[in-house]
Amino acid sequence: MNVHEYQAKQIFAKYGVPVPRGYIATTVEESVENAKKLGGKVWVVKAQIHAGGRGLGGGVKVATSLEKVKEYAKEILGMTLVTHQTGPNGKLVQKVYIEEGADIADELYLGIVLDRAKEMPVIMASTEGGMAIEDVAAKTPEKIIKVAIDPSIGFKGFHGRELAFGLGLQKEQIGKFMKFAFALYTLYMHNDAEMIEINPLVKTGAGDFLALDGKMSFDDSALGRHKDIEEMRDLSEEDADEREASEHDLSYVALDGEIGCMVNGAGLAMGTMDTIHYMGGTPANFLDVGGQANAQTVAKGFEIILKNKNVKAIFVNIFGGIVRCDRIANGILEATKLVDVHVPVIVRLDGTNALEAAKILKNAGIANVITATDLGDGAKKAVAAAKGEL
Amino acid sequence: MSILVNKDTKVIVQGFTGKEGTFHAEQCLAYGTKIVGGVTPNKGGQTHLGQPVFNTVKEAINATSATVSMIFVPPAFVGDAVMEAAAAGIELAVIITEGAPVRDMQEAKAYATKQGMLTIGPNCPGIITAQECKIGIMPGEVFKKGNVGLISKSGTLTYEGANQVCNEGFGITTAVGIGGDPIIGLSYKDLLPLFEADPKTEAIVMIGEIGGDLEIQAATFIKENITKPVVAFIAGQSAPAGKRMGHAGAIISGSAGTAAQKMAALEKAGVHVVVSPADIGKKVAEVLKK
Repeated sequence: MNVHEYQAKQIFAKYGVPVPRGYIATTVEESVENAKKLGGKVWVVKAQIHAGGRGLGGGVKVATSLEKVKEYAKEILGMTLVTHQTGPNGKLVQKVYIEEGADIADELYLGIVLDRAKEMPVIMASTEGGMAIEDVAAKTPEKIIKVAIDPSIGFKGFHGRELAFGLGLQKEQIGKFMKFAFALYTLYMHNDAEMIEINPLVKTGAGDFLALDGKMSFDDSALGRHKDIEEMRDLSEEDADEREASEHDLSYVALDGEIGCMVNGAGLAMGTMDTIHYMGGTPANFLDVGGQANAQTVAKGFEIILKNKNVKAIFVNIFGGIVRCDRIANGILEATKLVDVHVPVIVRLDGTNALEAAKILKNAGIANVITATDLGDGAKKAVAAAKGEL
Repeated sequence: MSILVNKDTKVIVQGFTGKEGTFHAEQCLAYGTKIVGGVTPNKGGQTHLGQPVFNTVKEAINATSATVSMIFVPPAFVGDAVMEAAAAGIELAVIITEGAPVRDMQEAKAYATKQGMLTIGPNCPGIITAQECKIGIMPGEVFKKGNVGLISKSGTLTYEGANQVCNEGFGITTAVGIGGDPIIGLSYKDLLPLFEADPKTEAIVMIGEIGGDLEIQAATFIKENITKPVVAFIAGQSAPAGKRMGHAGAIISGSAGTAAQKMAALEKAGVHVVVSPADIGKKVAEVLKK
């Protein structure tokens, strides 16, 4: 689960990670009020969406007067912000964060992610603040300092020193930075975070460190023990179809092709997409109906797949195991009564009781249900059907 | 022959009396697995599926001499259950549960390693030695005895792969579903040497997916250590970056963890990589008939 910048900063502040003061606003009037409340002469108006690259897309503006705050808030609120992370359709900006301006002397990068190979969190720091860390990694990997933290000992002084000296910090800055990094590691662990990124982390003219930006995501599997984090969920930032699917225990990801896929198991679902691709077709989605495929889950699957108007054929690819194929076949027949499926449906059922299942489907004689003998045959038929050649 | 488990392996079930635990333990018993008891706190002393129930893993081991535990407890309790098994002296924990917090598994795996306990999973179908011992949720009848070892991150692709291998007239020694989470127990490079050493195994099927670098580690390992032919498929060649594809660990981060990188590394290591999972069986037949 992702949160907005202002929410990440609320969490930072709670753990003593210094952040600029700021207030969230949903209207232009509120934006100006917030700027007045903050005082000072410089404010930053920042679009709040779940995507990076907001500045380049015109979603972050520095205002030097209240009139400018008003002007920028008007411009940004309600705009559709397109960045390299939003996709071509962009995202509607519904909230702006009004923040006090900062005195920036230097820009650094600090992040924490899980290192899957080491099986522990790794803190990454770089002097190249403000740049995408992927670009730094590609062009100048030596400028990224990586320090893995074994949670069984936690964040120790030597970890902090390795980071601070690696960044070329000196004297009193070393202690300040170590305190900053320690607080960040603490909140990463306490909240079951998946990723934290502060880019840029600024060194101010006075020599203090400040999280100018903040990005956080959390382990979905751990949200049950973090009700306060779960309350930060912004449903308007999530894909409506993916959300609806997950409410029915289906795992769905929309893609831009023409062949709808309904498969049991995530690996087979990806493998089905790959096979369609290999045969010259394009998958319209990833959909894992899970281990207990029945009439209700299959019907819901059809419903979600068919919301996508690009879908010209559906490939149902189920490997029946504990749930026998004959039961799944009956489920598919029932589902076609519950949902109007107007495109050809290629059904491949393999595994336990596959022959009985094929008989059930054949005897039902539904015009647009076409059976397939195996995965390759099914994918081939689905590709042909989508081209209108079946 | 086989790896890790066989017809003599004594198994207990943690989360024995729950709905999932009951259903699958019953299936395992029917397959012939020696399930000798189970653990459900506060239900010690009862009998379930004809087997004794214990309050703790320690009691269960003392009474049954079990060496393997199959874990079905709910996600929030997985870490605790794994560490209990490790502390009590279980040799191998097979963790079926999906949705355990990553931090819990990180801690539990580190402790298990310290205690010398092996783990499989979580979020996996388990392990099966064909026609001898099934510890997990896979459809047992798909796995006919034979000469091919199988390692897979995905459940249904394990069944798909095994089914194709059997349809080609071959069979399976042992199949291990290693799980689709960001942190898992035994991985390819831990299991490959076991298959290499198993005299019955003549070829190995390895099924991977996007996310992480376990397949890349496997490629390096295969190049240096494995002489038996390996057939591999990597799922998610057509998956978009930054999207989680069903499994918690199946996500391309930035430009890392793509199927293309993994396939290239495996091919370079001399592995027979297939582009579609539909070709796994045919490829196995091809390398075994050579």
